[in-house]
Amino acid sequence: MRTSDVSKMTFSSVEPGAGLRQALKMASEEIIDLIAESGLKGRGGAGFPTDIKWKLAADSDDELKYVVCNADEGEPGTFKDRFILSHFADLIFDGMTIGARAIGATKGIIYLRGEYTYLRAFLTDLIAQRRAGNLLGKNILKTEGFNFDIEIRMGAGAYVCGEETALIESLEGQRGEPRNRPPFPVNTGFMGHPTIVNNVETFTWVPCIVTKGAPWFHDIGTEKSTGLKLFSVSGDCGKHGVFEFPMGITLKELLEEVDGSHAKAVQAGGASGRCIPAAEFDRNICFEDIPTGGSIIVIGPDRDMLNVAENFMEFFVDESCGQCTPCREGNAKLLEGIHLLQNGRCSMQYLRELHSLGESIQLTSKCGLGQSSPNAFLSIIDNFKDEIMGRIQP
Amino acid sequence: MLISEREQLRANIERRVIDFGNNRSALIPVIQEVQQKYGHVSEYVMQVLADVLHIHPVEVYGVASFYSFIGHKPKGRFIIRLCRTLPCEMKGKERVARQLENDLGIHFGETTDDGNFTLEWANCLGMCDQGPALLVNERIYTQVTPQSVHDILEECREVFGVHTTLQEKEMSCELPTSAK
Repeated sequence: MRTSDVSKMTFSSVEPGAGLRQALKMASEEIIDLIAESGLKGRGGAGFPTDIKWKLAADSDDELKYVVCNADEGEPGTFKDRFILSHFADLIFDGMTIGARAIGATKGIIYLRGEYTYLRAFLTDLIAQRRAGNLLGKNILKTEGFNFDIEIRMGAGAYVCGEETALIESLEGQRGEPRNRPPFPVNTGFMGHPTIVNNVETFTWVPCIVTKGAPWFHDIGTEKSTGLKLFSVSGDCGKHGVFEFPMGITLKELLEEVDGSHAKAVQAGGASGRCIPAAEFDRNICFEDIPTGGSIIVIGPDRDMLNVAENFMEFFVDESCGQCTPCREGNAKLLEGIHLLQNGRCSMQYLRELHSLGESIQLTSKCGLGQSSPNAFLSIIDNFKDEIMGRIQP
Repeated sequence: MLISEREQLRANIERRVIDFGNNRSALIPVIQEVQQKYGHVSEYVMQVLADVLHIHPVEVYGVASFYSFIGHKPKGRFIIRLCRTLPCEMKGKERVARQLENDLGIHFGETTDDGNFTLEWANCLGMCDQGPALLVNERIYTQVTPQSVHDILEECREVFGVHTTLQEKEMSCELPTSAK
């Protein structure tokens, strides 16, 4: 059963354009201070404080700056951005325009994943309407000297382009291979100009914070993870879809809401996230405990954990860009290890070596993809040894 | 391809590169347009793009071969991409895959002899709450069953020779109202 209730979501209570109108009365620093006060952190999963990113870009001295919306939602189990793009696209554009005002940007780009090409015509129409309504273009809402426009660029089916520097490489017409950081995009981003890259959901919360006030957002959630968050729930549970919960919710509470309390494990954060066993369901979903971009895959009692690990490792072997040897070769080795386990031919000694290899991949990869690729594998072999060792082939 | 046709293509590419800002960042949008029109990016197109952008053709090849939605070899008119990620697997993508292979008579990674269908795997299509999901070109199908595979293929076959494209028809999944 799919139960995403659009009308009950916070986004529905915020009128499109209202946040932008209010923000245009504020100075650049005031907008950034407001975001700082709210404690908003990146909703794509990494959780970098939005205000710091914006402040760094605002302080960079350049005539040309860019606002990039990361709509390359490729994390397995995540579909909240597709949901926002379908239902609340106006709020995304409001958020981007507020961001442009805050850092002094004149150009915006939405990097939409190729799999969502069917949303392109709809978004193009909406951008045209906003131009007609003076919400984009020159002297936006009669604000003298504030010019900003948004264009759509399409991804082409590469998961790694969700990483901000790979995304910029892709925008520049290159292979989507992540760059070394520093320098960060806030200094040298798209075409060498200061660029902020934020997730779809991050931008969408901005007009909500502007209209409802920073204390409203700050008072929800935990100390380090404030506010509300959208969760994409799928797998073996009664209710599927996009749900809005406060940060810091325990897995147990979340599973009760979606009729998934019988689960034996939850994959939180998609392929790059961790697999949490039932014994740890009282842990909190927040940046200080279980960080997630919103992907919750409920794994029922009858599922084979090795299949789960195999599915995710196949994903990373396929999606590694191939730049760093540990990620390119290491993940293939971990997948071989899973096949050994499936055939009941893996010694404890070798499993320990694979574990150590996984840790090496985490430490020695350049980008977030490589650093997080062994997470699912490691958490499954840590928590489900009893289930995965000494298999007898059927 | 006829010489006049090639010249036409070259002129189109030159024009589109200028539309996209006349620099390297125009490369992928133009490749995507060629891909959409011709189904793949030929060596000729890569050479033209390299000339126009003043880069080595291998640079263009490097980009074209990096992205899974850009092909440098001809593929079927309809590219079917079935999601293989965990939530779709839990909802029975294996059986859908088997039925697709049965009905088309090809394996994943292959194209039918008549050049109409190519079967591929895709990583997460973002329809995890409505799986199994597959894309036919740009069009998304959700909650696909082994039984409905036949209907999807028939729908594709119906549009052969007709001027409507698959994308223009109504979608079966949840979409913004004005996009329907």
